[in-house]
Amino acid sequence: MSTARTRTLANLRGRIERIETHGDTPDLNKVALGHAAADATLHGGLALAAVHEVFAEGHQSASATGFVAGLAGRVSPRRPLVWVRQDFSEIESGALSLSGLCELGLDPRLLVTVRAPDTDAALQTAADALACDALGAVVLEVWGQARQLDLVASRKLTLAAAASGVTALLLRMAAEPRPSTAETRWIVRAAHSPPSAPWTAWGAPVFDAQLVRHRHGPVGRWIMEWNCDECLFSEPASYPQPLAATPAHRPHQAQAFGQQRRAG
Amino acid sequence: MHAGLSIGLPLANARAICPELTVFDADEAADRKTLEDIADWCDRFTPLVALDPPYGLYLDITGCAHLFGGERALLQIVCGALTRRGFAVSAGIASTSVCARTLTRHVSGKIIAEGEEAAAVAPLPVSALGAGEAITTGLRRAGLKTIGDVAARAPHEITARFGADFTTLLAQALGEGDAPISPRKPLPDYIVEKRFPEPVATDTVIAMNLSALAAMLVTAMDRQGKGARRLDASFFRTDGAVRTISVDTGRPVTKPEVIDRLFRERLDALNDPLDPGFGFDLIRLSAGRTEIVVQQQRDLDANVHDNDELAALIDRIAARIGGKRVVVHLPQDTHIPERAVMAVAAQYHLAAAAQAAWPERIESEPPLRPLRLFDRPEPINVPFATVPDGPPHQFTWRRVTHAVVRVEGPERIAMEWWKQNGCGPTRDYFRIEDEAGLRFWIFRDGLYESELADAEREPAPVRWFVHGLFA
Repeated sequence: MSTARTRTLANLRGRIERIETHGDTPDLNKVALGHAAADATLHGGLALAAVHEVFAEGHQSASATGFVAGLAGRVSPRRPLVWVRQDFSEIESGALSLSGLCELGLDPRLLVTVRAPDTDAALQTAADALACDALGAVVLEVWGQARQLDLVASRKLTLAAAASGVTALLLRMAAEPRPSTAETRWIVRAAHSPPSAPWTAWGAPVFDAQLVRHRHGPVGRWIMEWNCDECLFSEPASYPQPLAATPAHRPHQAQAFGQQRRAG
Repeated sequence: MHAGLSIGLPLANARAICPELTVFDADEAADRKTLEDIADWCDRFTPLVALDPPYGLYLDITGCAHLFGGERALLQIVCGALTRRGFAVSAGIASTSVCARTLTRHVSGKIIAEGEEAAAVAPLPVSALGAGEAITTGLRRAGLKTIGDVAARAPHEITARFGADFTTLLAQALGEGDAPISPRKPLPDYIVEKRFPEPVATDTVIAMNLSALAAMLVTAMDRQGKGARRLDASFFRTDGAVRTISVDTGRPVTKPEVIDRLFRERLDALNDPLDPGFGFDLIRLSAGRTEIVVQQQRDLDANVHDNDELAALIDRIAARIGGKRVVVHLPQDTHIPERAVMAVAAQYHLAAAAQAAWPERIESEPPLRPLRLFDRPEPINVPFATVPDGPPHQFTWRRVTHAVVRVEGPERIAMEWWKQNGCGPTRDYFRIEDEAGLRFWIFRDGLYESELADAEREPAPVRWFVHGLFA
């Protein structure tokens, strides 16, 4: 089948799918996250067929993984997901647990994991996967400041994503943001469970998601809760919103942030 | 040889004849390796090559000889090539393997037509049979010097004295029965090859020829409605070295461009790239494993098309970084967290994984299992003992101390005592949130002393581990 025809088919298929899932979406190339304030800032939701970067500090890797899994779940609830992971990240922050993914309400049957030996292989595999329009999303998980992920690599991924209509999600742990052609860039941390009696258990995953870069709009910072039953992000109940933005790279950010929340 | 030395001569005698003789210890491993290399080289004549250690090779040339201009010409090619490389060769062609071997032990270059085996081997000495030192000596002592002498005796006499195995060997040498040879490699289902009078060395020419071979292979398979699941490309270098590169696919391949692309990916990703040296004079492409392909009318059904594309993508990635690195996951029937999911090669289990039955999650319940699980639980330092059976108030993991804010647990998971290797200590799992909002899944390995039913047993030290991280 010729590429042009495949692409047309993929587009049509994606449109039908999106009409079937939530008919009121105004923009066909966006998918709503479910968090009203964030969706408003993003002009309707996360752009499809683009590259999105999620950064996190090393010890926040699980939160970032949860956030990326959530984004992937939003982007393509029914199509295969390829998760490319560098071997080293598995040692540092553990392997992605399929039971855990299941508990988040996502379908583990759609996941194909690629364990790349190094960053080069991971990058090449991700670029390859992005060219395959049968996929819904591709997650590229890289640990550390990877020299290979420069502006050129980022541009290649963006072009591949735009050509095939597959969304690329970059999960960068223990890395500093560098110039890239990504549509959005997020910094994700874990947030406290909503304040309640200390003896009650914590509930759904809560993220402190900071949108630090947005090519076509403003940025912001929100507390998002992942709703495991409905598979979307939402505002956590009884949580002070919105949050005042804190300057990035402030030392002891976690503590400062904690105090601020209590004051607000 | 010129000085009058011969194989089997005692060292002292050899030294006496030729005082400047240099002596080496036999290196059996190296000999074996050389024999294997020669066997690799012999693959160019027939796919059925068997080893006859320590220094013999069987080639089953049934139906192959005419490709090289007949048996005589083939024998000359093999002997000539090996002699030029400095090997002493003794070769022969006969209709049974034992007969051919017996011949080569004594003379080289003989071709025995079918039915003439008995006459050909009769004048040879009994040592040529290769039946072992005891039997050979026994026969010589009995005055039976040639194979003809032995064959002239009644079989029951020989069997009574030297055993039934020897009688069978003798019968095979005389062409009265055939011993099967055991080829080194399984016979591929389809083989196509291209020989080059002038060796090829450049990448582009090699790639072009590989594409042409792929097209030929597909045409051959297509006639019988087959598709390849395993492909081997063998590159025969002019100096005798052979390199074989294999590619596995998840689905039967029926398109030459797919084969072409898989090999391109594989060749690009080789750790030690293909070294043409002075060039390749033979490139062979074979389908080691094939499957029947059901030709079906394709509609515009998205799923069928998507699955095909996904399988092709998996094949490409697997060709480059290895099939074990591309995995899908199957749920396992166990409650041990680290064994609850099995990662299996995506190439072979894609369909099974797409239909796997995962345990249903409980509605409106927070996640009970962590999103990231450590392959090996990491030990944490719990500074002081708390309430027995209770969770810690703080712990140190990777040199950072976390104060516990919220706890849920314990969830007790006992090991699988009914299995041989499953009887580790019972674990008590706690879901813990620290003051920064990070969520951990920690467990205590083993029970406190008071809980042990058997008080006399030495209680194992209680250790704490972090096993996973929640989102």
